[in-house]
Amino acid sequence: MADVASKDNYLVTEKLIKRFDEAVAVDEVNLSIKQGEIFALLGSSGCGKSTLLRMLAGFETPTSGRILLSGQDVAKLAPHERPFNMMFQSYALFPHLDLWENVAFGLKREGLPKQEVTQRVGQMLDLVQLTPYAKRKPHQLSGGQQQRVALARSLAKRPKVLLLDEPLGALDKKLREQTQFELVNIIEKVGVTCVMVTHDQEEAMTMAGRIAVMSKGRVLQVGSPQDIYEYPSSRFVADFIGSVNLLDGKISIDEADHCAVQTAIGEVHVGYSISGTVDMPAAVAVRPEKVSIGKQAPAGMSRNLFTGKVKEIAYFGSYNTYIVLTPQGTRMKITEPNGSRLDSLDITWEDNVFFWWDDTDALVLRN
Amino acid sequence: MALTFAMPGKRFVIGVPYTWLVVFFMLPFLILAYISFVDMGNDISPFKPIWDSETGLLHLKYENYYTIFQSGEGGLFQTLYIEAYLRSLWYALCTAVLCLLIGYPFSYFIARSAPSVRPALLMMVMLPFWTSFLLRVYAWKGILADQGVVNQMLMALGLTAEPIQMLYTDVSMLVGMTYVYLPFMVLPLYANLVKMDFRLLEAAYDLGASPFKAFWLVTVPLSKAGIIAGFMLVFIPCVGEFVIPSLLGGPENIMIGRVVWDEMFTSNNWPRASALAVVMIGLIVVPLAVYYHFSGDAAEPRA
Repeated sequence: MADVASKDNYLVTEKLIKRFDEAVAVDEVNLSIKQGEIFALLGSSGCGKSTLLRMLAGFETPTSGRILLSGQDVAKLAPHERPFNMMFQSYALFPHLDLWENVAFGLKREGLPKQEVTQRVGQMLDLVQLTPYAKRKPHQLSGGQQQRVALARSLAKRPKVLLLDEPLGALDKKLREQTQFELVNIIEKVGVTCVMVTHDQEEAMTMAGRIAVMSKGRVLQVGSPQDIYEYPSSRFVADFIGSVNLLDGKISIDEADHCAVQTAIGEVHVGYSISGTVDMPAAVAVRPEKVSIGKQAPAGMSRNLFTGKVKEIAYFGSYNTYIVLTPQGTRMKITEPNGSRLDSLDITWEDNVFFWWDDTDALVLRN
Repeated sequence: MALTFAMPGKRFVIGVPYTWLVVFFMLPFLILAYISFVDMGNDISPFKPIWDSETGLLHLKYENYYTIFQSGEGGLFQTLYIEAYLRSLWYALCTAVLCLLIGYPFSYFIARSAPSVRPALLMMVMLPFWTSFLLRVYAWKGILADQGVVNQMLMALGLTAEPIQMLYTDVSMLVGMTYVYLPFMVLPLYANLVKMDFRLLEAAYDLGASPFKAFWLVTVPLSKAGIIAGFMLVFIPCVGEFVIPSLLGGPENIMIGRVVWDEMFTSNNWPRASALAVVMIGLIVVPLAVYYHFSGDAAEPRA
């Protein structure tokens, strides 16, 4: 039991605070990261995620709070004394050293015997498939190759925790998609615990096992990508991750197994109970892809069925997005998968349409 | 079309400094080289023409060079000239090393300070240029003389009863040269260090390098180009330095600049003075050319 607990709380931050002068960059962050997982800190720029990562690496000293690795406080250790290695944003490869020397840099600092250094650098270069390029300088490599060198360099010392600062930020979109799977494969092969920082939700969702959404120095929600997408705990998270229709209103029904919210477009029924009271202000969140659209109302549907006029249509290839304006003046975003080529052709601009969703597809968010 | 239109301007811009160099450096050097191969003249014309109009023979005189390397009493390379060369190279080396030791932390500090204060700090490095060079060297006489500021302070503190001889020694000369040439080390070093990506140092710490190791293995190699530039800017003019050694140096440590002066104006031996100068240029240019030939590295782009 104790063993499981320590595995689940491998890297822990306790009430971690960082102030710069009067500005609070990181505000009482409590996280526990499991051994071997990939954990993402997700937020827009200035949310404190990078400062948090820099505190983990040792480049910033926490104003207060503790950083525990297997129960031991490492917050006071200098960067070179921590068993953490970082893959820097845009890599920070040593331009004067060739690839081999870049990867060997950390190993040589440990004073390992020459033979072992050679062997481990060889392993690392094999792992990232760059052995033929060992004698090249960083500027002679492509962006994707540089990224792999940076990964090899940060993994060479077999760190207990690998820190990734915007690992794919310097790559172009096409390369990014291919690289993120490659990166995850390598990290999982090595089995290292990994904390990554990113502002790109797609990157966080595809790479991480769990995500912490941050805003203004605070962690708003921690959970798996599915949890965070399907069950956001706050308006901010719902809005930040993916896109969402937020309908403000008041709770009108509060029963043991369902509830409803009176919003501008009408009463919205939600198929689960909440701990609240009638008349309490609340918002309903519905993802655009959970909403159906059609020129005819579906038979037998009476609840969560509304009308509006199509104002905009955007064609994205694999799906269409419609912006529908309700008579009350609310704009709803609706996406439909482009399953059959004829499906959505009959809906066009200025058409009067119905849109609807199931009770279980909406979420109630308290303000 | 635009290119051909721009060409005359481009040629002009490049052509002016080249013309300048040809007229005021290349031609004088060729004249100097020419004089180094002819006979000594008299007071009115200090050297003879290379073409003897009476005999119709070409008169190349290698002795000017020969005497630099071989003297009657001593063997090969045992001449006073060689001694003066070696001494000049040695003092120039000492000065460049001193400037580097003082200038590096200085430049590093400026480069690492807040961008808003950097112009002020750089200004202070250049401030001495606002006063006359001679005045500044003379001021050192006042500081280092037997009755100078330093000695008076030492005596007042009871550290010494008698004044210590500082002026007209190696020490005073090196102090003067280091002082004058320090900005030539600081400026290129600063220009180099200020460009350095601080994250590279963080990467080094992160990989287990202590702050000193990170400095030695990352900062220093990356500032190599700045170190070399600063070193050359100090070393090269120091080899031929004439004013500072004559004002602050002692009678024993004669440098090659002084020897050339003496040959020119005391012995009125222009050919030998020229030969000495040509050899000096060779001493500096040849190692430089060799260095640049073998270090393709220096021009490598920085990531």
